Amino acid sequence: MSLDKNTVKKLANLARLDLPDDELDHLAGELSNIMTFVEQLGQVNTDGVAPMTSVAHMNLPRRADEVTDGGYPERVLANAPEAMDGFYLVPKVVE
Amino acid sequence: MSELTNLTIAEARAKLAKGEISAVELTEAHILAMEAARDLNAFVTETPEIAMERASEADVALKKGEAGILAGIPLGIKDLFCTEGVRTTASSKILCNFIPPYESTVSSNLKKAGAVMLGKTSLDEFAMGSSNMTSAFGPVISPWKRKSNSNVQLVPGGSSGGSASAVSARIAMGATGTDTGGSIRQPASFCGIVGLKPTYGRCSRWGVVAFASSLDQAGPMTRSVKDAALMLQAMAGHDPKDSTSANVPLPDFAAAMTGDIRGLKVGIPREYRPDGLSPEIQKLWDDGIEMLKAAGAAPVEISLPHTKYALATYYIVAPAECSSNLARYDGVRYGMRVEGKTLDELYAKTRAEGFGREVRRRILIGTYVLSAGYYDAYYTKAQKVRALIAEDFRKAYETVDVILTPTCPSAAFGLGETDDDPVTMWLNDVFTVPASLAGLPGISLPTGLSSEGLPLGLQLLGRPFDEETVLRVAGVLESAADFKATPTGVEI
Repeated sequence: MSLDKNTVKKLANLARLDLPDDELDHLAGELSNIMTFVEQLGQVNTDGVAPMTSVAHMNLPRRADEVTDGGYPERVLANAPEAMDGFYLVPKVVE
Repeated sequence: MSELTNLTIAEARAKLAKGEISAVELTEAHILAMEAARDLNAFVTETPEIAMERASEADVALKKGEAGILAGIPLGIKDLFCTEGVRTTASSKILCNFIPPYESTVSSNLKKAGAVMLGKTSLDEFAMGSSNMTSAFGPVISPWKRKSNSNVQLVPGGSSGGSASAVSARIAMGATGTDTGGSIRQPASFCGIVGLKPTYGRCSRWGVVAFASSLDQAGPMTRSVKDAALMLQAMAGHDPKDSTSANVPLPDFAAAMTGDIRGLKVGIPREYRPDGLSPEIQKLWDDGIEMLKAAGAAPVEISLPHTKYALATYYIVAPAECSSNLARYDGVRYGMRVEGKTLDELYAKTRAEGFGREVRRRILIGTYVLSAGYYDAYYTKAQKVRALIAEDFRKAYETVDVILTPTCPSAAFGLGETDDDPVTMWLNDVFTVPASLAGLPGISLPTGLSSEGLPLGLQLLGRPFDEETVLRVAGVLESAADFKATPTGVEI
């Protein structure tokens, strides 16, 4: 499996990574090597095997739908790069 | 090097209980050791004031007879565990200014047990790496040196390299680690210490910066098997805040170390002896088998047929989960921000600037294998092979009680001695990854030295939630191997 520069560019956009053009070439090579390496899984017969999503043999526990935490917006916002009036601030989204 | 820093946790507990030493004395000695060994770069953040405060509290509790199991024991906390009011970086630039408003369950459990936090230990960025070279705060150095050339700086392994280096260099009596594909066991092997990855679900993941959530598990790193048992006792336990935390009884781990392994069946998987395995590692393994045999256990050759597919499986599953987990770093709610004209530009610039090379690479791989059109071919396929790998172990445990393998294919390598190919670096994890995929408990303990005088570890793997047997066998192997070597500058 070989990934070209354009595919990497597309992936970088999906992952919201603003990568410089010269890095894309290098990454295309690295990612192609990695994908070639993992291709060996194609040799394994997995017919009828259920995909394993978790090793924990348990049902997801449930709890009552009640508020158990919160009420301290200032602590929640304490690490925000920019906050005002109890909100996170971002560049203008709607014109 | 003071005598106090050479004590094991078990020895220090006895002296503290008898009043022969105080927690303050013990902590001061470790703070001095931490300051003296700054060239190892083992800590991202040192917290001597917190340490002294907790030590004083421990002394009071000890006097009152109300001391917890780790009262007054100075520990390093991997900088992946959120610590209230203390910067937690995951060794990433993107979290360089993050001060958690809460404490992870594991570090909180340790605190409740009276442990003293010396500081936050360095790691590979977001725990992604096997060398500690991907930390945004510079590489961690191992205290060990090669016989032939003491000028070469060696890596401590990773991702819990700061923890391993600190424990090995007698800066901390123990440290927390996390293991996703070998991040506790591999650095433990490289640094000549004990590293225990518990069963998935044994320790809460709440408040631990997530890498690959179906694999991540916290565990202790110490200088003896008994110490690992004691530390695990304090760290483990059911936590409703982690939905994958197992609600199972907590046994007395140290009590499980009875010293008697007569009649136990020890699996020796033939797939862990690939062509080209170094003769040194082969001998280490054979010696370990003989030691267990001499103690009355019976080695049994077993087969784990899907072993050779474990790395490829891991390098689909882990990056997939990583790309999802790390989507949260957006420059809006916490961590660093690089301004942009639009929200999308802010995201993309922040993430490109904040994440290092290895992390970016894994995010891209994860994005690729989860993308439309490739999801089934890669991700679902890997999950199916993962099921087969887990099934291999389940079948093996029908006939054996525990499995013995080498921890790593080699001793520690030097800084900059690896080539740029990520796949070569991943081969470090070839013996540790399968058990991670299956969620099994595993321990690495030092049992010998390489021709260069560097520590080499053996790994014991157990059934799910059977850390007791793992610890019991590890205790016997530890006594038989009688590993006494110490890193440069440490004399016992």
